[in-house]
Amino acid sequence: MAPVTARNIFKKFDDVLAVNGMSLTVPDGEFMVLLGPSGCGKTTFLRIVCGLERQTSGDLIIGGNLVNDIPPRARGVAMMFQSYGLYPHYTVRNNIAFPLKTQHVSRGEIDKKVNWAASLLGISHLLDRRPRQLSGGERQRVALARALVREPTALLLDEPLSNLDAKMRASARQDIRQFQQRVGITTIYVTHDQVEAMGMGDRIAVIDHGRIRQVGTPVEIYEDPADRFVATFVGTPPMNLVARNGGYLGFRPENFLPKEMINGSDAAEFSFRVDRSEYLGSERIVYGVLDGFNPAEVIAAKLPPAHVAEESIRPGEWHRFAVRRGALRYFDANGKRAMSH
Amino acid sequence: MRRAVLNAASDGAFYGAVAIFVVLTAFPFYWMLITSLKSNPDLYNVANTPFWFNETPTLEHFRYLFEQTLFARWLLNSLIIGLCVVAITLAAAVPAGYSLARMTGRNGEALGIGIFLTYLVPPTLLFLPLSRVVASLGLQNSMWSLVLVYPTFTIPFCTWLLMGFFKAMPVEIEEAAIVDGCSLFGAFVRMVLPLSIPAILTVVIFTFTLTLQEFVYALTFISTSAQKPVTLGVATDLVRGDIFFWGEIMAGALIASIPVAIAYNLFLDRFISGITGGAVK
Repeated sequence: MAPVTARNIFKKFDDVLAVNGMSLTVPDGEFMVLLGPSGCGKTTFLRIVCGLERQTSGDLIIGGNLVNDIPPRARGVAMMFQSYGLYPHYTVRNNIAFPLKTQHVSRGEIDKKVNWAASLLGISHLLDRRPRQLSGGERQRVALARALVREPTALLLDEPLSNLDAKMRASARQDIRQFQQRVGITTIYVTHDQVEAMGMGDRIAVIDHGRIRQVGTPVEIYEDPADRFVATFVGTPPMNLVARNGGYLGFRPENFLPKEMINGSDAAEFSFRVDRSEYLGSERIVYGVLDGFNPAEVIAAKLPPAHVAEESIRPGEWHRFAVRRGALRYFDANGKRAMSH
Repeated sequence: MRRAVLNAASDGAFYGAVAIFVVLTAFPFYWMLITSLKSNPDLYNVANTPFWFNETPTLEHFRYLFEQTLFARWLLNSLIIGLCVVAITLAAAVPAGYSLARMTGRNGEALGIGIFLTYLVPPTLLFLPLSRVVASLGLQNSMWSLVLVYPTFTIPFCTWLLMGFFKAMPVEIEEAAIVDGCSLFGAFVRMVLPLSIPAILTVVIFTFTLTLQEFVYALTFISTSAQKPVTLGVATDLVRGDIFFWGEIMAGALIASIPVAIAYNLFLDRFISGITGGAVK
């Protein structure tokens, strides 16, 4: 187990700059999530860390060693692929044992470690099956067991849950997180799913166009986004943004409420015309526009249905809405976070 | 009722079509079989019906083939040539196909097509320059010239076939092996080769069949009977002037085609998956 540091990593494929100067430090034992839209360079960065790609420039340090020119097999990292990459011609037991066999570990030791990893992930009863006889969730566990069995310096996961159905995903999220905390392994987890990122990460690095836009805890990312991209990428619906005074004013939909629901006087008030409303059970999302702002800027408000009866807010009506001043965020003309206008 | 009639009609059409193809493909084998077993008087009497025996069947032609000609030697020659060419082809085409599929990027595709195109140059043109090569190596009139020449058409096709197969194989399997501690070569040997057995079998059967049925190079490079492969021996030594030894020719053709037919039927499913697995992607 070891910290992973990337310094100013660039990666160019022909004419495409996939990674555009990424620097990131993942301390020992941290669960770091790389979050970004597809094609943002997060997977390429992960492949550079494990050595399947060579960066065009920049330094990569794992456990204090510069590993730029070290092949993947000598880096001691484990990677779990999106499609798992299980060995179809091996049994589950041999799949899990494979990383140990390449290290010439003794047979007794291999058996011990395979059984340890299999029981940790609850797949001991599957050891003599082949990958094609397993369900998606079981395959994912086998891949995880194979990644962990040799106690790697760092665990790299590339969208490991994307092949599971929604229900499985929630429990797998829990499993991976618990398991990582128990083993205490440095983990880099790539995903485009913000729920996974927010729910699992000690810290999140939000990536766009090959650059890290912000690194922070889930709370920091959500509450204090560093720029417009982070503000609109994280959150469903995303943060509302309206142009004002040459910059942008942002507020989360759950902070944008009917005026009478806001206690205290320190709030910004708006006239809000409701266009449509979605009932989602635990909440109602109301979309509309603000009086005095660009009508192309659609604003969302997330209302607790228990407190706001359906007939009180109907499409076409104007209402007084407000945001507490503490919940307002400001961005300058370039989209960077500003303290105020 | 109407549906039942329609079903019967469509079944009838299906089996009718299949029957036509069965007759079309099986008839030459049937012809070979009965001709090889007919006695000469039966064969050469134009009044006899040619589709069935008019006199007692005989193994006389087979006896003549093995006792009076070098047929056994020709079979052995063909086997040796086939095995050598298969070995050479595998040694060249497996690494070449893998490199083209995985390591050459976008150029690999064009290069692969280029290699395949060389397969399309007909032997009837190539034997002229190749005969110079064979002569300067001192291999004229030796079956080893065929071991040298046959890979010129088996390697390109098999490289192309394997390239397609390797491309269709998920790259994550090799990458996982590389991260798990293999070198690139280690991943190739431990992951790619075992998973490519259908494609490799296809290459083996295909190559062996091609060498077995090749005629032009054999005819131009070899004239000594003892060096001939079976296709050439049967066609040249069993036709003397204007006399065709029909019974012996058919017996020879039948024996030569049996191993190929068995191989194809045993591996048919794998053969098809090898061909299509490479062709689709």
